Amino acid sequence: MEKDFLEHGLNSNRRRFLSRLSLGLGSVALGSLLIPDLFTGGMDESSLPPGIPDFAPKAKRVIYLFQNGAPSQLESFDYKPKLREMMGQELPASIRSGQRLTGMTANQASFPLVGSYFDFKQYGDSRAWISDLFPYTAKVVDDICIIKSMHTEAINHDPALTFFQTGAQQGNRPSMGAWLSYGLGSENKNLPAFTVLLSRGKGNGQGVYSKLWTNGFLDSTHQGVQFSSGEDPVLYLKDPAGLNRFERRKMLDQLAELNNISYQEFGDPEISAKVQQYEMAYRMQTAVPETTDLSKEPDDIIKLYGPDCLVPGTFAANCLLARKLSEDGVRFVQLYHQGWDQHGNLPSEMAGQAKDVDQASAALITDLKQRGLLDETLVIWGGEFGRTNYSQGAMTKDNYGRDHHPRCFSIWMAGGGVKPGIVYGESDEFGYNVISNPVHVHDFQATVLHQLGLNHEKLTFKHLGRRYRLTDVAGKVVNDILI
Amino acid sequence: MLAFVGIVYAIQACNSSGNESVEDQMPDTVSYNFHVRPILSDKCFACHGPDANKREAGLRLDIAEAAYKALKENPSAHALVPFKPGASEVFLRISSTDSALIMPPKSSHLKLTTHEIAVIEKWIKQGAKYERHWAFTPPKMPKIPTVKTEDWAKNELDYFVLQKLEQQGVKPNPEADKERILKRLSLDLTGLPPGIELMDKYLADGSSNAYEKVVESLLKSPAYGEKMALHWMDVSRYADSHGYQDDNYRSQWPWRDWVIHAFNQNMSYDQFITWQLAGDLMPNGTKEQLLATGFNRNHKITEEGGVIDEEYRVEYVTDRTNAFGKALLGVTLECAHCHDHKYDPFSQKEYYEVFAFFNNVKEVGLESSVGGPETYAKKPLMEISNEDLKKVLSFVNKQDTNKLIVSVMGERDTLRKTYILNRGVYDNHGTEVAAGTPESILPFGKQYAKNRLGLSKWLFDKQNPLTSRVFVNQVWQQVFGRGLVKTSGDFGMQGELPSHPELLDWLAVDFMNHGWNIKRLVKQIVSSATYRQSAVLSAEKLKTDPENILLSRSSRHRIPAESVRDVVLASSGLLVKTIGGPSVKPYQPEGLWEAATSGRGILAKYTQDHGGSLYRRGMYTFIKRTVPPPSMSIFDASNRDQCEVQRLNTNTPLQALVMMNDPTVLEASRVLAARLLQEKTAVPAKLIKAFRMIVCRNPNEKEIKLLSAYYADQLKVFEKKTQAEKVLAVGEYPIPGEINKRNLAAMMQVMTTIYNLEETITKT
Repeated sequence: MEKDFLEHGLNSNRRRFLSRLSLGLGSVALGSLLIPDLFTGGMDESSLPPGIPDFAPKAKRVIYLFQNGAPSQLESFDYKPKLREMMGQELPASIRSGQRLTGMTANQASFPLVGSYFDFKQYGDSRAWISDLFPYTAKVVDDICIIKSMHTEAINHDPALTFFQTGAQQGNRPSMGAWLSYGLGSENKNLPAFTVLLSRGKGNGQGVYSKLWTNGFLDSTHQGVQFSSGEDPVLYLKDPAGLNRFERRKMLDQLAELNNISYQEFGDPEISAKVQQYEMAYRMQTAVPETTDLSKEPDDIIKLYGPDCLVPGTFAANCLLARKLSEDGVRFVQLYHQGWDQHGNLPSEMAGQAKDVDQASAALITDLKQRGLLDETLVIWGGEFGRTNYSQGAMTKDNYGRDHHPRCFSIWMAGGGVKPGIVYGESDEFGYNVISNPVHVHDFQATVLHQLGLNHEKLTFKHLGRRYRLTDVAGKVVNDILI
Repeated sequence: MLAFVGIVYAIQACNSSGNESVEDQMPDTVSYNFHVRPILSDKCFACHGPDANKREAGLRLDIAEAAYKALKENPSAHALVPFKPGASEVFLRISSTDSALIMPPKSSHLKLTTHEIAVIEKWIKQGAKYERHWAFTPPKMPKIPTVKTEDWAKNELDYFVLQKLEQQGVKPNPEADKERILKRLSLDLTGLPPGIELMDKYLADGSSNAYEKVVESLLKSPAYGEKMALHWMDVSRYADSHGYQDDNYRSQWPWRDWVIHAFNQNMSYDQFITWQLAGDLMPNGTKEQLLATGFNRNHKITEEGGVIDEEYRVEYVTDRTNAFGKALLGVTLECAHCHDHKYDPFSQKEYYEVFAFFNNVKEVGLESSVGGPETYAKKPLMEISNEDLKKVLSFVNKQDTNKLIVSVMGERDTLRKTYILNRGVYDNHGTEVAAGTPESILPFGKQYAKNRLGLSKWLFDKQNPLTSRVFVNQVWQQVFGRGLVKTSGDFGMQGELPSHPELLDWLAVDFMNHGWNIKRLVKQIVSSATYRQSAVLSAEKLKTDPENILLSRSSRHRIPAESVRDVVLASSGLLVKTIGGPSVKPYQPEGLWEAATSGRGILAKYTQDHGGSLYRRGMYTFIKRTVPPPSMSIFDASNRDQCEVQRLNTNTPLQALVMMNDPTVLEASRVLAARLLQEKTAVPAKLIKAFRMIVCRNPNEKEIKLLSAYYADQLKVFEKKTQAEKVLAVGEYPIPGEINKRNLAAMMQVMTTIYNLEETITKT
């Protein structure tokens, strides 16, 4: 614990240094990639900027398995037998109570309730209900905390995703990972603090956008860097064919010498900063491929994540890669898995989507746990909103669809100081409204920051006259789910 | 100019050599605008400022009368009693040690420093005098200051700069050498390096007006319009896709061609803006004027099926309103979208009065989902006919025979009612409002029509305190890297104070008095002695003025993303100088669009161009909003999500990776190497030429020695032809058949090294 505190202090110290830099020498953006040793200098409590925690963090890193497109809570974690009983009957107006609808179902003549095509069973000590689509997740149920009372404000994908990641539906605000990079810096001098991994299932898909991992008005060193497990894991990382490492080194030495000549003439510290950035790039060229190389993983790990983890660009490969990046100190690993937008053909599409992600998501928990990393790594699984309890479009015995539903949905969290093996919050018997312990997106964000030792009201950045924060003007830490 | 008394102290602070920082120096005379207001605004106004709904204890501290009044909750006490800090609740509360009484309260997470408390105490002691916010007072032409070293100044600007320098006892830098200044000038006026021919001509020109001549010729270059248009693309959030969910194609580029044309024609700023705001409302309007209004349709438009129409329509109007505030007025009007502004005197009602001007467009929130060519522009739209291309729109570079449509402005027949939207929520209507503008800036007089044309007239009323200041500041920022007002998008209470307030006003008034002539303004700036200083940074100046607020030297700045590309292409000879036309898709790492797409639309897959389209200027690179070109984003280019008036200027390892490994740089290195090897010159001459083309100056002896040795070394490395061939296999530009590939590979490495020099992509 004492060590945690100390490390945290050092990172805070780094941020203080950086905020000085950004005030004083705007363009010297050394950012999170600076050599940590530089920051072991004396700390002065009184001069720390706002946002510095007065509590030790529970988690050091986050892995966010974002299920892009919004998986249905009613076929995953929110068991509603009532919907099966009332199959085909109209959604009572008292339950809908004025909820606005998307343009896709607003003109629908009726709103027939539809129960899950898939059966649910209870698992683990917590006796949590999980659908048959997630057998692997069911096995780790006592390690996760299922929240069934999430709610959001947006009703369409773009604003809802943006809201989840940046705390605002519109505008160019920093993403959660960028805030953490800004707040805590990097643990590894050779890797960026915030990385992004993309994959896609066969289900109806919605795009992702680079604004979801933007640095917004923060320094661009806090921008999410897209990684992949393929040939070129980071854009422009790979040296051109025919050029070996020795030659690259020689070229950098030439460069440094030439740049030094102009430093002698101009005395501009930007020139030496540039040389440092080239050195950092050089180190990344070695460090990144080592981290992203999955070929040396032992058989039991491959078996754990499933054979897909050897296919670059799959969700399973990205989960394994996420563990490696996280293990090497990447503060925030953000995955997006696309294809969860089941307006129609839900039974078949959702089965495919679940199959893509279930085993690897659970494997990640197991793997982190066996390495003793789960305690300090917060893992999050979930989409941008939920889905309606009535069918969109025609409904048959084995086919139906569900529209967007912001008022109630489920996600799960694990590790990083979150209580394992609990279910938090309840929805009504129609799975439509939250009836106990609601968790708003801003509450969720405040909680994530809290686990990393950051007070969401204090972690601010002043831009064009206003102090911005991830949680905008709201958010309460959900203490009930914390250890 | 009373308001500016205090600036001297602020600047003095930058020059202090002791341990005291800017914040710690106590001025002799405390100024409200320059010392007190920044503290009150930042720490107090959120609860005791303009926002009536969030006002605590009924106390308002941003207005003198309100602050002097008896306190609502305790009528025997006063927040401020001039000359008596001990009787002023403000002072008593901020200096209290009682945690129940102290202001700001603990819950705000804000704290005043001892110094800030002392400043407020002294201000009260001196009479607690309020001043009107400087930026909301119309600029008056200040007198040209007198200076000691009169022969230094080249034009009026320099007197203002020099006066400040002399007051601080700082000497300006000597003039930069001819090569350095030519590169700087060429990049500032055209965004391109000067090229050998111009360098030779200028170096050989010993006449006294050589500099003026080169300024004139660069201002006449068509590349001038491109350079000026670049900043305007950020301001106008121009892009080639609709944004949002599916992010399909839009054909808005003819509007971009118009902007370049307008700058090259040296259209006056008032006309340039009036056409963009109200070209559709002009009496006997032309198609060119209509095309200009594309400015207000460049915002993102959704094609996501299932959205609520009104929610998005309101979003577009909001975007226009915010862009109008930020780009043209330099204020954060957007903060009054959901509530009264917390710092500036803009009420929420006034926000929606401005909103009303943009709320009458004949548009819907969701016109169509991803589809064919008919969806590439949204109504209201204009079609550009062949007839137009021959005549009134001859500057539009249309290259095929397909139908071409552009989104533009157009009013509804009946006026759409505008309401205050409570909490900014699209369907939460409050009181109805009519078109108007914030009272504190300039009341919207009866002489103006209540439409966008009237709004333009209001904007260019000489009593408008912001329009001219904001624009000259943006131009200054483009040239010097830092505006006279550093926060170019916020001239309000929370913005930074101008470093040279009188200079800013002089420029603003002079600009208005000379017909809002943009080229004249640019010329004025680059002709100054201030601009022509060298960029050498002495240890002393680095210590006392690291940000170069005093302008005692030229600042060194990494050039913008687009110029990085332009320098690489132009110096290698690859650049295709065609102006305008549809945006192009040069080399880009594989799979980026594919990984992020919903799969719908013609932009689901990146189809790279070939031939000349690979070598166009950076400003023509296709911008798909959800996946902007990575080599641009890495160098801080705007993602065009919303109006931006200022880019960050960072220095990161990813930038190093782009310069080392981007095929664009590698191909340029190879092509330039081949050109040089084909010339019948000795190796050192080749290297000197390369250095001149890329870095834009002659290398010194040490540099040429290092590069020669490196070339010799690389010749050994590439003794194996197969090795050489591997390195050369980059880019689509052909390799001359007869060339020695080993030599070429070695020379290519040297070129890449020169491209990677810090100085290459830096304005020095």
